[in-house]
Amino acid sequence: MLLPEFDIDESRWSGVAEAPAPGRQLAVAQALRALLPADCVLSRDEELHPYECDGLAVFRQQPMLVVLPRTETEVRAVLLACRRLEVPVVARGAGTGLSGGAMPHAAGVVLSLARFDRILQIDPAARIARVQPGVRNLAVSEAAAAYGLFYAPDPSSQIACTIGGNVAENSGGVHCLKYGLTLHNVLGLRGCTIDGEPIELGGCALDAPGLDLLALSIGSEGLLLVVTEVILKLLPKPELAQVVMASFDDVGKAGEAVAAIIAAGIIPSGLEMMDRKATAAVEPFVRAGYDLAAEAILLAESDGTPDEVADEVRAMERVLQANGATAIAVSASEAERLRFWSGRKNAFPAAGRISPDYYCMDGTIPRNRLGHMLKAIERMEHKYGLKCMNVFHAGDGNLHPLILFDANRSGEWERADRFGADILELCVQLGGTITGEHGVGVEKLNSMCVQFSPAERAAFFSVKRAFDPPGLLNPGKCIPTLARCAEYGRMHVRHGQLPHPDLPRF
Amino acid sequence: MDSALQELRHQVLQAHSASTPLRLRGAGTKDFYGERCEGTLLDMRGYFGVVDYEPSELVITARCGTSLSELEGLLAQHRQFLAFEPPAFGGDPTIGGVIAAGLSGPRRFQAGAARDFVLGAVLLCAQGELLHFGGKVIKNVAGFDLSRLLCGSLGILGAITEVSLKVLPLPRLEQTLQFEMAASEALALFNRWAGQPLPISATAWYDGHAWLRLSGAPPALRTACERLGGELLDAEAASRFWRSLRDQTHPFFGHASTLWRLSLPSTAPQIAGSGSQLIEWGGALRWCASDQPAADMRQRAGAAGGTALHWRGGTAGGRFHSLSPVVLEIHRRLKSRFDPHGIFNPGRLIADL
Repeated sequence: MLLPEFDIDESRWSGVAEAPAPGRQLAVAQALRALLPADCVLSRDEELHPYECDGLAVFRQQPMLVVLPRTETEVRAVLLACRRLEVPVVARGAGTGLSGGAMPHAAGVVLSLARFDRILQIDPAARIARVQPGVRNLAVSEAAAAYGLFYAPDPSSQIACTIGGNVAENSGGVHCLKYGLTLHNVLGLRGCTIDGEPIELGGCALDAPGLDLLALSIGSEGLLLVVTEVILKLLPKPELAQVVMASFDDVGKAGEAVAAIIAAGIIPSGLEMMDRKATAAVEPFVRAGYDLAAEAILLAESDGTPDEVADEVRAMERVLQANGATAIAVSASEAERLRFWSGRKNAFPAAGRISPDYYCMDGTIPRNRLGHMLKAIERMEHKYGLKCMNVFHAGDGNLHPLILFDANRSGEWERADRFGADILELCVQLGGTITGEHGVGVEKLNSMCVQFSPAERAAFFSVKRAFDPPGLLNPGKCIPTLARCAEYGRMHVRHGQLPHPDLPRF
Repeated sequence: MDSALQELRHQVLQAHSASTPLRLRGAGTKDFYGERCEGTLLDMRGYFGVVDYEPSELVITARCGTSLSELEGLLAQHRQFLAFEPPAFGGDPTIGGVIAAGLSGPRRFQAGAARDFVLGAVLLCAQGELLHFGGKVIKNVAGFDLSRLLCGSLGILGAITEVSLKVLPLPRLEQTLQFEMAASEALALFNRWAGQPLPISATAWYDGHAWLRLSGAPPALRTACERLGGELLDAEAASRFWRSLRDQTHPFFGHASTLWRLSLPSTAPQIAGSGSQLIEWGGALRWCASDQPAADMRQRAGAAGGTALHWRGGTAGGRFHSLSPVVLEIHRRLKSRFDPHGIFNPGRLIADL
């Protein structure tokens, strides 16, 4: 017997692209305009157009309406109205997400939190920041800098991405090996349920009674509640940070060096790897000083007091040398440190410069399987006839293969898509996961069928129903239905040869 | 399927079909914890053993019945440890019990709580299915984070049969400094120090004395000791002291018949009527041996932005701080979906669930 039971409105879940009934847009817009100031409801095509996708532009859908509330009262009113009228609601931050998590629902409302952009409080004594969800990630550290504090999670989109989006995706960054993910740096949330009820989870204290609904809500991709306020943990800024850059003539050796650093009892604040294709793409663009002859380079950062950093940098140099590094450079100044990082942080834009389109994957594997994975990716490059450059949060096993393709050439996107699905399946086989930090969104729904059993997916729907009984918050994302997985299973037995490669697959 | 696991599954299926409650139990070191503890015993100790441990991956996977001492012993051989310092309460708990209770020791101040170290869990659900959530890797956002929801769930959603935990290298050096000061001064200093880049891994205040534990690289500790002053404690005495806080074998915990655990913002001022107290986590955890009426303690903790747990004393059903109606309703729905016949530890986390 397959239990817990699936309990979801299949048509709403799979009907992301189904247009609203005639007159529906007008009726819902009227209802919302009665509740919000005139400039808060967008309904004309040219106004809706900018919201049709997030950072993963291959998945597009124009929403029925967009609302831009300014206050929690307005958010509540929107949710109550949507609940009453049974309109799907897709919350959105800056739209920088990479899994289509904020892709609109054709018959739904996009609830933009862009106007929730205030830092409400920085309390240096308690080391917390209370912010609205539309505040940009980097703005928090900038505001905290005056007190010698910072907000640790630093996704590469941190100039633009918002805290609300970070909470929805449980975003990481290059420093999460030492400082953790969004989950480890959020103390509390305030938000609204689909019933328009205010809800508070966690707070300024370290524990809360009951089940840990705070942990459950972080990374829930907008399926459980709409966040209106976040309490963030701030940390004292380390006095000094230095980066060691090491070259290797073999990616496998670089992978072993990563394991050796950890085995030596060192937790660098950042530990990143780039392969030769990645450094070659990045170097002409940012001139970071990367060794273009190396098959792979490692960037390992140490932070702390000057004595501590000197000690740790020496220890890392020893380990890297012992593991076959062909060259080692240590940043001699803050400017040089930032230059070493600039190449890594610009890897995605660099991919965009050398190829018309790129598709960024986000699987995680146990660190010791890195060499295996990179060799497999090389074979897949031949199989699909596409190039792939690799950047890698080596410290936490999180891979970002960037598959290069041209969407204007017939069949290339479909090949890139299957290439990506192959990588994710191998991640699961190697004991890893299909997404380390970008989320499932619409993009990885099929891969969820590979990673989770029907009973596990039913459990996810149980959680969804416990928070959102009508199933109106971001339907169609994150969890695939039984029907979808059955269909994917059928496609699968044909060894990746899709019956209709020209059909979009949402 | 392993025979011990098969036996657990059999008992769960039987309880589910007969709608009879089960009391999930490991070594029983936390029998005192929770609202009520009722039902037929489901002994989790039979399913034990470390399944996977690769030190360079910083992850250990163990079955629920594995004893904490075995797990920590294995980690220590590779100079690693569970950084959330789970309390053993003078016994030898199982790792399943440690995660189901979700309690953390003195290092929670710096390293994080038990839930922060949970990477994956296997849940034996009411229908006898084994559900795998999370995994063995540090970054994983596939699906809802149910493995962390299970941490601290006190078994009300099902039986945790296996967990994967992040582990960390042991600090190269630890030193403890002791100071004489009043509680209010300690609270101010703990918060000031926590805002500076100092390698503080634990703090405590009790009876006119404050303690700071520093952990890290020797040069960092040298610099910090010079800056902070205080009296350097003998390493063995210091280790005993922190262990006594972690396991609550410190004399403070032996005295009172009523003990409150206040979880507060670290900067909250002293709570009126808190009686004799011991302060941990930089001011965020305050143990109070107080005979004040429960309603008053809860009201004062709430007004300060925190909650009060009646750790010892008090009546079943009234130990935990109450939940807001909207949060309680979500608990009800989760419980009824995961455990429709109410077989798993009924009433242990919330009186009528």
